[in-house]
Amino acid sequence: MKRPLSAVTDRLVIIIPYLWLLFFFLIPFFIVFKISLSTTAIAMPPYTPVLSLSDGVAALMSQLGEFSFDNYIWLTQDALYFNAYVSSVVIAAISTFLALLVGYPIAYGMARAPATIRPTLLMLVILPFWTSFLIRVYAWIGILKPEGLLNQFLLATGLIDQPLVILNTHTAIFIGIVYSYLPFMILPLYSALEKMDYSLIEAAQDLGCTPISAFWKVTFPLSLPGVIAGCLLVFIPAVGEFVIPDLLGGSQTLMIGKTLWNEFFANRDWPVSSAVAVILLLLLVVPIMFFQQAQARAQEQGR
Amino acid sequence: MNSSWSRFNITAIVLGFAFLYLPIVLLVIFSFNESKLVTVWGGFSTKWYVSLFHNQGLMDAAWVTIRVGLISATLATILGTLAALALTRYTRFRGRVLFSGMVFAPLVMPEVITGLSLLLLFVAVGLDRGFVTLTLAHITFSMCFVAVVVQSRLVTFDRSLEEAAMDLGAPPVKTFFQITLPVILPAIISGWMLAFTLSIDDLVISSFTSGPGATTLPMKIYSQVRLGVTPEINAACTILIGIVAVGVIAASLVNKQREVQRLRDEQAAQRG
Repeated sequence: MKRPLSAVTDRLVIIIPYLWLLFFFLIPFFIVFKISLSTTAIAMPPYTPVLSLSDGVAALMSQLGEFSFDNYIWLTQDALYFNAYVSSVVIAAISTFLALLVGYPIAYGMARAPATIRPTLLMLVILPFWTSFLIRVYAWIGILKPEGLLNQFLLATGLIDQPLVILNTHTAIFIGIVYSYLPFMILPLYSALEKMDYSLIEAAQDLGCTPISAFWKVTFPLSLPGVIAGCLLVFIPAVGEFVIPDLLGGSQTLMIGKTLWNEFFANRDWPVSSAVAVILLLLLVVPIMFFQQAQARAQEQGR
Repeated sequence: MNSSWSRFNITAIVLGFAFLYLPIVLLVIFSFNESKLVTVWGGFSTKWYVSLFHNQGLMDAAWVTIRVGLISATLATILGTLAALALTRYTRFRGRVLFSGMVFAPLVMPEVITGLSLLLLFVAVGLDRGFVTLTLAHITFSMCFVAVVVQSRLVTFDRSLEEAAMDLGAPPVKTFFQITLPVILPAIISGWMLAFTLSIDDLVISSFTSGPGATTLPMKIYSQVRLGVTPEINAACTILIGIVAVGVIAASLVNKQREVQRLRDEQAAQRG
């Protein structure tokens, strides 16, 4: 099958995106790591040493000696960073669980809908994803504010007699993350549930299972790949989320994405923010590998 | 299947979609609010749209956003399609595991990490931050989304069509443009639209990688939101939502038409 011309194009098809990703995705991580070992300086770029060969190899070697793990030691000494990491993981985990609780019934309902309206339902789930993330988060500020629409509604119906404080609390962050990432949860769940053979449930029920135990014994285990994919798609970006805790969580919220942002933009401390990023990445390496394996497996099955 | 489309299922869907759509609907409604207070209805008015178009800062930012979006989406679509071809067509090449890792990891990578690492790269190579760095950054994160969309179409592609074309003497490049490309074109178009949307939407990566003179609309909106919620931002958001809605509906209509055409062609082919 191989023809001489195709060998060249074959190679280009691989090499062009490969080099692009190497240069713009992989190499930057090494630079982040390098700078996390540097020291802050009032200069541009604001760190030392700035490696360059212009002063000769000997100077370069002595510059290399200036690298240290001081920034990492600093991160362990200040409880702020540790707390930020822990609370990011906790908030992301709770939000992921809530998103699963909200998303599962929707995905299930969609998968069992008449086949003719399924594509429309699917498009309706994807559609909000096309509108700006920032706008969707912003919309919730108007709803959750003390004098916002939710409180007005609850006060008018007499369910509460004092406005609830939701904005600038963890509850607001949970709502924001669940809302923003819900399509990412629903889509893999739906594709797992849609493929399922529903005669299995009928069989289970014929054999005496109650609908609830049939769900836990048949439906849920079969949808597990979708559950895992959905949870990873929500959890991993949520840990490093910046916009939602910043706009909905208020100044008291500790999340590592926000800490990194502040170190970088407010304190202009590039080395420390690089160290924060390196540790965040280490924290997420395991879930990201899981995600990639799930993707690769889905790809093999699709083939 | 009708019995299984139970009351529970319908309730779940209705509540779920209400949750997904209500905030956006409220945002749109309150962009037509006469009152300056975003949450108190003071009558219908379009004055915020008028004041929006007189806000030079926002208009400049919108222009930057659109240009970056068009350029980066186009280049990301080319790179992403190549990446998808590489992933589906070549099961064995050196560094394939690393390659597929680099395609999938950006999908879930926290934006603060991507933004910071790209910025440090640009500083390291001495590239001034601005329009160019912004566009390069947007290409990088959106090409991976394009790759995934195109790849999902490629895995279901019937390769015997290509083989037939090549057996009939078509060179590989011609085969690609005449057989493969038309079939995967809908996926490429939706990949482009996804890349464009991601680009005009991005705040975090843009904040890290842009410089003076290249402020994007989300950056502008973000800095205004921090000062407080105003109907003017609601108006800006409504326009963005409107553009996206028109684009998505147009795309789905085009898709539907293509589908109808394809079915007709297939039937004609069977009859003939």
